[in-house]
Amino acid sequence: MATAQNRAQAVPGSGLNDDIGEDKRLAIYRSQLRIREAEQRAYDLFLQNLVKGTSHLSLGQEAVATGFAEAMQKGDLSFCTYRGHAHTLARGVSVEKVLGELMQRDNGLMRGKGGSMHLTSEAHGVMGSYAIIGAHLPIACGAAWRAQYKGDKDVSVCFFGDGTTNIGAFHEALNFAAVWKLPVVFVCENNLYMEYTPIGDVTAVPHPAADRAASYSLERIVIDGNDADVVYRTAQKAYAKARAGEGPSLIEALTYRHSGHSRADPAKYRPEGELEKWKERDPIKIYRERLKQFGVSDKVIAEIDADVRKEVDDATEACKAAPMPPLDILTTDVYADGGWAWRN
Amino acid sequence: MPEITYRDAVIRGIAQEMTRDNDVVFLGEDVAKAGGVFKATVGLYEQFGPLRVRDTPISEQAILGAAMGAAMTGLKPIAEIMFSDFFAVCFDYIANEFPKSRYMSNGQTKCPLVVRTGNGAGSRFGAQHSQSVENWCMMIPGLKVVAPSSPVDVIGLLAAAVRDPDPVIFLEHKSLYPTKGEVPDGEIVDRLGTAKILRPGRDATILALALMVPRALEAAERLKAEHGIDCEVVDVRSLVPLDTQTILGSVAKTHRLFTVEENPRLCGWGAEIVSIVADEAFYDLDGPPVRITTPHIPLPAADILEDIVLPTPERIVDAVRRSLQG
Repeated sequence: MATAQNRAQAVPGSGLNDDIGEDKRLAIYRSQLRIREAEQRAYDLFLQNLVKGTSHLSLGQEAVATGFAEAMQKGDLSFCTYRGHAHTLARGVSVEKVLGELMQRDNGLMRGKGGSMHLTSEAHGVMGSYAIIGAHLPIACGAAWRAQYKGDKDVSVCFFGDGTTNIGAFHEALNFAAVWKLPVVFVCENNLYMEYTPIGDVTAVPHPAADRAASYSLERIVIDGNDADVVYRTAQKAYAKARAGEGPSLIEALTYRHSGHSRADPAKYRPEGELEKWKERDPIKIYRERLKQFGVSDKVIAEIDADVRKEVDDATEACKAAPMPPLDILTTDVYADGGWAWRN
Repeated sequence: MPEITYRDAVIRGIAQEMTRDNDVVFLGEDVAKAGGVFKATVGLYEQFGPLRVRDTPISEQAILGAAMGAAMTGLKPIAEIMFSDFFAVCFDYIANEFPKSRYMSNGQTKCPLVVRTGNGAGSRFGAQHSQSVENWCMMIPGLKVVAPSSPVDVIGLLAAAVRDPDPVIFLEHKSLYPTKGEVPDGEIVDRLGTAKILRPGRDATILALALMVPRALEAAERLKAEHGIDCEVVDVRSLVPLDTQTILGSVAKTHRLFTVEENPRLCGWGAEIVSIVADEAFYDLDGPPVRITTPHIPLPAADILEDIVLPTPERIVDAVRRSLQG
């Protein structure tokens, strides 16, 4: 912290030691970059036919996952969707475990039994990636109910896309959480597209999540989802409210995905210039400038960049060298006894 | 032994488990203050309080989703879906979420919960409140499926379901709620995956589940009295896990198999059991297995129509007699 103080003195009024502080800001930068590099690598590996099945990247949305994760405490639980690589990495799961699962290798997070849409790491509080739209909102309510019932202080944080706001489970969960005053934070990542269709074309209100908040007696919250500081502060406030027993929050974070819905989607439906406009507000670009503005040297930033690239390179090599899963895991863990027997 | 109703057995079973373990919580529509639409949860709210016995909105997805989230993180929830037909409204949880999370996560997550529901016909409710949905559930890897026929089994199997580390679908038969049976005092804990031979016999095996069990027993008495045919009646009780040992053992003894299902004929559980017997005990059979089912139609409401759809003791007697005596 001595360094931080020195820099703050060097740049008077920079706010380097504000409520977020240098250490946390560097962590936020590193996390966003790790997600970006890992996802770009996942795309490269897909082109080499080393990532199989499908994958749903969050390129351009790193600030949401990072801001919310960095504000969490150990023991807080996160629930995400099939677009969940970012949320999983943001909670500290290693790049190797995630890429290994995408490559369906034995070193993957679930040894290839889950695949890219089902990343889960209980040890990190990553309670699953749910590939059925909206399914996990009620599940997050249940985890929050347990915290409320047991007097535990953890918060359940549930990420989903704008498309989710039109499915029944969204509305059931919001009402349920509000009525039961559950410590759950619902985070809508509004990236403007419901898969291939602009969300505005199929939704009766301009802000698909926030404009529905009043229906559940919740505050209307819309934030800049590309600015990790804004996200981080919003998260802190919502978690504090949840921990204080004051119930759920619904937050709509405006962001944009740089790639298509999934690997098969070239995103040709986007109007000309839209992507370029959003790339000017790339969360990593924004954050790198912020760090500089606060007096963090180019050298420190370059070191983080090099670190992260090495981490992703090493993970890639480890995954390429990892074996495919052994066939004997095929029938394990269907039931709690470890097996699959449904009859005697 | 004192006699109690199947309905009171549900209350006693839930109360037994909630008393034993503070992590057992209970939620559903109208289950707390109102005591349940079938009055099968009366008194639980008063006994265990509003934190453990909770009324929910009419939100079947939220009920099962919340049960799952609670189960994954340390509680042992019992969730009620009022009528089993409503499983269709929240089937994502039954088909995609509860049963697959352990496998997909390579054993990291758990889902120890019970979904109780009013299943089956006989109340003249028509096709959307009368179905038997055990076959919907039986085919899904990762679920367990139980359907008791008597008060003592309700308590014992419910306790086993609550204590089981896997998600269990617990099907209570609506038409059995007022029926009575002997139940010993004290704690009762049964085992899942155990069929029960309720009436030993040597000439034929009749397999039945839930409401079909008393009908099979009545048919067996009449077959003996009127036709001299001595039937063994097996209450299957649990479709998953399935006690094939008891079933195959009975067929090995009687050499004839009849299944009685309250289900449309297509893809019923009886077909699965017939298939197992054909695969593994074909030479034990002295004749073709016979399935007694409902026709492949939605359930009608009118009493005269509903009554002829469901297998009756008469139909069972007739099927067994014709098969054995020609």
